[in-house]
Amino acid sequence: MAFASIYVPQFMVQAVLRTEPQLRAGALALVDGTPPLVRVIDANDSAWRAGIQMGMAKSQVAQFLGVEIRNRSQSKEAAAHAALLDLGWSVSPRMENTAADTIVLDLAGLNSLFGSDEEIAGDLSRRALSLGLATNVAAAANIEVAIHAARGFTGVTVIPDGEESRRIGVLPVHVLFPSEESLATLDRWGIKTCGDLAALPLLELSERLGQEGVRLHELARGASVRSLVLAEPSLSFREELELDTAEEELEPVSFLLGRLLDQLCARLQARAQAATAIHLRFDLGDLFEKDAEIIKRNSPPDDNQKIYRKGLTLPVAMRDSKMLLKLLRLQLQSDPPPGSIVKIILVAEPSRRRAAQSGLFVPSSPDPEKLELTVARLAKLVGSANVGSPELVDTHRPGEFRMSRFRPPANEEPPRRKSKNGTELAIAKPAANEPPSRRSSVGFRMFRPRLPATIELHDGVPSRVFFRGVYGSVIAASGPWRTSGDWWREDFWLQDEWDIEVWVNSPSARIIHTRNSFSALDSNPQQQTAAPSGTYCIYFDVTAQSWFVRGMYD
Amino acid sequence: MAAKISALRSQVEQALAGRVSAPFTYRDRNVFPTVATGIPEIDALTGGLPRGALTEIFGPACSGGTSFLFSALGARTGHDEACALIDGSDTFDPCSAAAAGVDLKKLLWVRCHSIEQTLRATDLLLQSGGFGFIAVDVSDISPKLVRHVPLDSWFRFRRAVEDTPTILLLLSRESNAKTCASLVLQLQGHAVHWRKPGRAADSSSGANTRANSYVGDERHSPAWLLEGLEARAEVLRSRMQPPAVESLAHHKVLPLKVSRNAGREAGAIFKTKTNWDSLGIASAENKSK
Repeated sequence: MAFASIYVPQFMVQAVLRTEPQLRAGALALVDGTPPLVRVIDANDSAWRAGIQMGMAKSQVAQFLGVEIRNRSQSKEAAAHAALLDLGWSVSPRMENTAADTIVLDLAGLNSLFGSDEEIAGDLSRRALSLGLATNVAAAANIEVAIHAARGFTGVTVIPDGEESRRIGVLPVHVLFPSEESLATLDRWGIKTCGDLAALPLLELSERLGQEGVRLHELARGASVRSLVLAEPSLSFREELELDTAEEELEPVSFLLGRLLDQLCARLQARAQAATAIHLRFDLGDLFEKDAEIIKRNSPPDDNQKIYRKGLTLPVAMRDSKMLLKLLRLQLQSDPPPGSIVKIILVAEPSRRRAAQSGLFVPSSPDPEKLELTVARLAKLVGSANVGSPELVDTHRPGEFRMSRFRPPANEEPPRRKSKNGTELAIAKPAANEPPSRRSSVGFRMFRPRLPATIELHDGVPSRVFFRGVYGSVIAASGPWRTSGDWWREDFWLQDEWDIEVWVNSPSARIIHTRNSFSALDSNPQQQTAAPSGTYCIYFDVTAQSWFVRGMYD
Repeated sequence: MAAKISALRSQVEQALAGRVSAPFTYRDRNVFPTVATGIPEIDALTGGLPRGALTEIFGPACSGGTSFLFSALGARTGHDEACALIDGSDTFDPCSAAAAGVDLKKLLWVRCHSIEQTLRATDLLLQSGGFGFIAVDVSDISPKLVRHVPLDSWFRFRRAVEDTPTILLLLSRESNAKTCASLVLQLQGHAVHWRKPGRAADSSSGANTRANSYVGDERHSPAWLLEGLEARAEVLRSRMQPPAVESLAHHKVLPLKVSRNAGREAGAIFKTKTNWDSLGIASAENKSK
């Protein structure tokens, strides 16, 4: 049985560097505390080399040229820890959440899947880098030895069975986490390494340091035995970013969103998941003046005014960060936040990634991810209410429909059935093989909004009509067909409907109606008599006491 | 000499590498796979709608353009193809489209309110790809505005669908795409059919082809029902070679005359029928009684 421990050195610094990778090349000092007592709590190697010291005041650090200062961020640390857990679960379901910067994996049974322990440790290190974390990975047969080796050795370390004591003997004593008192005592004795500690007689050590001495001695010899405390797997994907200064422009925020989405998608990939929905939340600082007035007028004052939320529901699970960023940007551009942004929170709803087998002989269909982007762009162009699939509603109200989300036909082979001899046969859709009907249905064009019309009646039947430049005699009328409904609602309807055929009289309308056959009219008397007519649906709205044109038969 | 030509060819190919795959290979752009429109008369006339090409249908109001559009949409959605309708003036009626056999779930409807929106939406959908049928309806946009659309826009659309299985259909009042369209069809209203209620269809129906209120030998009565329209279609331009039709096994396909003068003679009359039982625009029960 082998265990692998993954340790993130300088965890607090790495949590910051994970969201700001451009700082990796330079010196970074992390400060924390209540002003004015803001002190250095950690720094990267470049900063130590530059002369930064632990506990140095922020104002002192500011004197160093080229040293970036960042506040400690617990939200970033939480996100980095979540990424570390995702890294562990991407390899083994048996994992111990030892500390914020350390996890231990049970490698039993993984050799056939991922190779030898060395290969697994190397793979873990590479996966950690893709999640934005530089880690030390150590594999050993003993849990504690693996943990101490990961804390003490840089890079990938594999300790063969039986060599634990010798290998960790070179490590300093502090990797065993002794108490400060014990560490000071050991230091006074000249005990610097685990090997020195393991060489001490156990009885005398216990007389002087008590039970802690026994524990430290056991750890130094690599003889400690314990079970793995398994962590409960969870699928939670959340990334946060607090901004040092409030940001008002969308462009720089998009840049930060891109980074967060990159991290989120890397974590989703590590868990073999994809996002079906992305929830975006901005904590707002100062509201813009105009928007603040509108919000104040329209809603009672509460903390929700300073929170801006957006949801992105995806038709198929996806984890392409660039595509998700484009979709989020389109949403933000159409409905920008009403104030400056101080904090960004991104949460992904995970789901298994779709696996579809396309058929060779089925019609092509738009790529769902590309289509989602196109629909979002169309929604920005014409409004989200104006894009989608029309859906009929269960009512007799004329022209009633609702818009629903467009879902392209699944690009899959048709379902198959078994024949008598056991072979599979494709079930053909009836529509594909049916002969087309001999007569098509009449098309109808709906005028939106309805067109007011002036109608002359003769014996209760429309005889002349005028609307939107069309003026003419009614040569055939069918009606009235009375429809009514929804009498219990304010917007009930009561209409007398007519289908009319109009002989267009107005010269302008005649030109519009016959422009393309104008030259032929003189030479072809049959066409001359037939061309300039149209068939319309008009109605008398009893509630409005007016005539309207609903549409045209075409 | 041959060596020089060969060297020159390879030089040109290297210069165009990555942009043009085979610059010296002849591509016959007049061979299009075609599909049925859903109207047998039109299929017999044109050979169907060409894939990977721009087809323009134009004609005055009430000339059957919308019926043609619904038939084509019904045929394509019936074959499980994703279709898109860019509605230039928001006049699409889902109820009558559903009655005509259009599977609305497979239709992406973009409701535009200007010619600029229409052209931009067309660009976006063509770039997206994957649609079997894209219809652009600019019929109710002022012909003056549509006339001012630069010809390169239509050319761009044509190039965007080239070598793809997409059918691009432009529906308008006038011919605008000019030579960019591989098939141009002109529609003209021919007759309006009315039917006395209670009698079987076609048995007592009459067509108004003159400006009076008589139908056949009988005076028109308000109790009569609108039975359907009759429209005449003419091929004004066709770049297609004699078609290899996918779905015309049930119909006799007439050979298409390619020359322009001959094309003007090619015409067909098709009838459309009002489907009162399923049309939702009025009280269907009342009208069919």
